[in-house]
This record gives sequence, C-alpha cells and structure tokens, in this order.
Amino acid sequence: MTSIFWRDLALAFRIGGGAGQALVFFLLAVTLLAFGTGGEPDVLRSVAPGALWVFALLSCLLSLDRLFQADVEDGSMDGLMLASTPLEAVVLAKAAAHWVTTGLPMILAAPILAALLNLEPAAYGMLILSLAIGTPALSLIGAIGAALTASVRRGGMLLSLLVLPLYIPTLVAGAMAVRASAAGFEAWPYLGMLSAITLGCAALAPFASAAALRITLS
Amino acid sequence: MSTSFWSFANPNKFMRLSGALLPFTAVIAAALIVVGLFWSLFATPSAELHGQGVKMLFVHVPAAFFSINVYGMMVVASLIGLVRSHPVSHLAAKSAAPIGAAFTLLAIVTGALWGMPGWGSYWEWDARLTSILILLFFYLGYIALWNAIEDPVKAADLAAILCLVGSIFAFLARYASLLFPTLHQGSSLSVDADTNVDNSFYYPLLVMMVGYFFVFVTLLLVSVRTEIRARRVRALRLAER
Repeated sequence: MTSIFWRDLALAFRIGGGAGQALVFFLLAVTLLAFGTGGEPDVLRSVAPGALWVFALLSCLLSLDRLFQADVEDGSMDGLMLASTPLEAVVLAKAAAHWVTTGLPMILAAPILAALLNLEPAAYGMLILSLAIGTPALSLIGAIGAALTASVRRGGMLLSLLVLPLYIPTLVAGAMAVRASAAGFEAWPYLGMLSAITLGCAALAPFASAAALRITLS
Repeated sequence: MSTSFWSFANPNKFMRLSGALLPFTAVIAAALIVVGLFWSLFATPSAELHGQGVKMLFVHVPAAFFSINVYGMMVVASLIGLVRSHPVSHLAAKSAAPIGAAFTLLAIVTGALWGMPGWGSYWEWDARLTSILILLFFYLGYIALWNAIEDPVKAADLAAILCLVGSIFAFLARYASLLFPTLHQGSSLSVDADTNVDNSFYYPLLVMMVGYFFVFVTLLLVSVRTEIRARRVRALRLAER
C-alpha cells in the first residue's frame, strides 16, 4: 500500500510537474476573479471564502481523470487487482497520493491567495483548518468519479459532471466555516460537519471506487 | 410456472405483462390528466394572494413530488439490479432517469414562473430550490454515464453505483442547503397537518398527482420495452457479424 502511494507520488512529480500545475491553476483562477470583478477590495472580501473553496474544488478536479485511467490503459491496474493488497487499499493509497499533489499544496498556498483576495484576517486560520480537513474528502469523492469513468475516453467533462454535484455538501460546510469565522461567528459546527463528511468518505468511498473498478476491469 | 416478482428478470415475461398493462395505464393516465387539468384550470377559485397564479400549483406540486420520488425509485431499482444482476431492473432505472429529469425541469420552470408574481423573483438560492436543482444535476450525470460507456452490462452496473452514491450525497446536499434562508413555504399536502390547502384545491390536486403517477408508469413501460427491443436488435446485429 505504501509502495503504491510512493509510486503514484513519483509518477505525479516526474510527469507533469505534479503539485505545480494545480497550484498555478489555483493562482490563475484567483487572478481571473480579481480581473472579472474589477478588483474592488470590498467585493473581493465578501466573495473570498466561497471563491477560495470553489477554486480548491476545481483545481482538485484537474488531475482527477488520470487517477485510474492511466493504470487501466497500460494494464498495471490488472496487476494491482491480482496483488494481495485489497483493491480498496489501493484506491485509498492512490487517493492519498492525489491529495498530496493537489490538496496539500493548496493548503500551503491558501494564506497567500487569501491575502490577494483580501480575506478578513480573522478567518485565515479557519481557511487553512477547513481546507486541511475538507480537501481529503475531495480526493476521496473524486476517486469514485474517476473509477466510474476509468474506461471512458475523453472522460474529463463527464467526470466533472459526475463529481461536482457530489462536492456540494463539502463545499457548503467548508465555505460556511470560513464565512462564519470571517463574520466573527462560531465556526465549529461547520467544521464538525466537514470532519464528518471527510471521515464518512474515508470509510465508504474506497468501497464504491473499488466496486466500480472491478466492474470496469471484469 | 412461478409468478414471483423475481421472475420478471426474464425480459420475455416482462414484455408479456407490460404489453397487457400498457393500454390500461395509458388510458387511465390520459383520462386523469384531462379531467384534472380541466378541473384545476376552470373549476377552482383563484386564491386570495396568488390570483390566477395559483393554477400553477396543479402542475408544479405533482412535478416536484415525483421528481424526488422517481429518484427514490431509481435507487431501489439500481440496488435490485446490482445485487441480483436483474437486467430489467437496471433498464427500469435507466428509463426512469429522463422522465425524472423532465419532471424536475418542469418543477423548476413552473416554480420560476410562479415565483415571479409570488415572491418577485424567478430564482432564490433557498433550501428547496437548491436541492431540486442539485437533483437535476444528478439525473443529468446519471444519463451521461449511461451514454458514455459502450458495454451495456458494465454501463448498467456503473450507473447503479453512481445512483447509490448520488442518493447519499443528494440527501446530504438537501440538509446542507437547509443552512440557506428560505422563501418557499413548507409542505402543504401532509395527511394530517393544519397547514393543508383548502379542499377546493386539494381534490383536483389529488387527481393530478394520481394522473402524474400513471403518466410516469406509462412512459416507463414504453421506455423499458423500447430498451429491451433495442437490446434484442443489438444482439441480432452482433450475431450476424
């Protein structure tokens, strides 16, 4: 399981710059938002919590379509199915590697981007905390979508159609936590919801993805 | 010959029964919708606050009701299809999706048209409206996944998994959206509540509800029969090669 994790990580870093691309996308999206809204500090401040979370979702989506597809195409997934490691664990390891290359850099970059969007200083801690708790759920839910579309060529559009609606509860809980703390309210209830989603996904999503992969490869 | 529910996994048996039922459900559906529409559009008073706009109720409420319940039916059908490898059940879920999507769209459009005179805006991001919009996305994603995968057996199982996963998240999204402020009124059709609509609206609405149900059953049977025939054609074509 750990070897699959390191293998995926190495592949991600050697092929496409790995962590870099999602991060640059995140930065570009923030820049585009500033251009699109005219860069008014007050406007940016009011949309910052939601916008940062939405961009986090979108940049997580970018590298998702190759999560299983590359391995299904070149046959290494058949090998992984025959291995003694259960397929559920393989899914979990791959989702973890995906999180390290997309979620983790976003958490580290979030304070800088939040400064660009003029986020309320009181909400910085909550932004980082909510992303740290919520982004693993994004990778896990994304793994379900990636497994469902593993055999579909040019499945990127389909994947976003399937996965984005599934992201809504995570987005609502995460963005509400940041907004609440920006407005000076208690954010812990939302954070509790967010943790519940992440833990639930960690428990259940590997089974759904593994079931979908078995059907695809049968 | 056994007549258990599971024997309809055999498409031939299903075709025979559905062929016999179809004319009846079609006639009942047409009769109920015609009666219900005339009753609700011409024989009901206009409401105090809504004026003639209240007539929208008779199209909007059943559509919204069935938009959710059709998804529930798809979840059950997908589960049966997945657990028992029941091909007709998979096809029932597949055929229900476009009908459910149409009901959902109808509920959204009539709701928007009703919202303008009622609330002064076509759309509000409130709990009920948002969750029904999310439901529409789930329908569209489900249909898109079916279309994207060529092998029908794999497509059926994968779409069933999506449907089951989607049901959990639709439920979560429903409660997440309760965090938004709401304009929409609460339920007004419970069996025992005091907030129910007046009887002069209640009875024609009931006719429309039952009418929608038969419309759904009729369209579903037609669509499943078409799917089974399409699959036979596909099998014949593959055999010819």
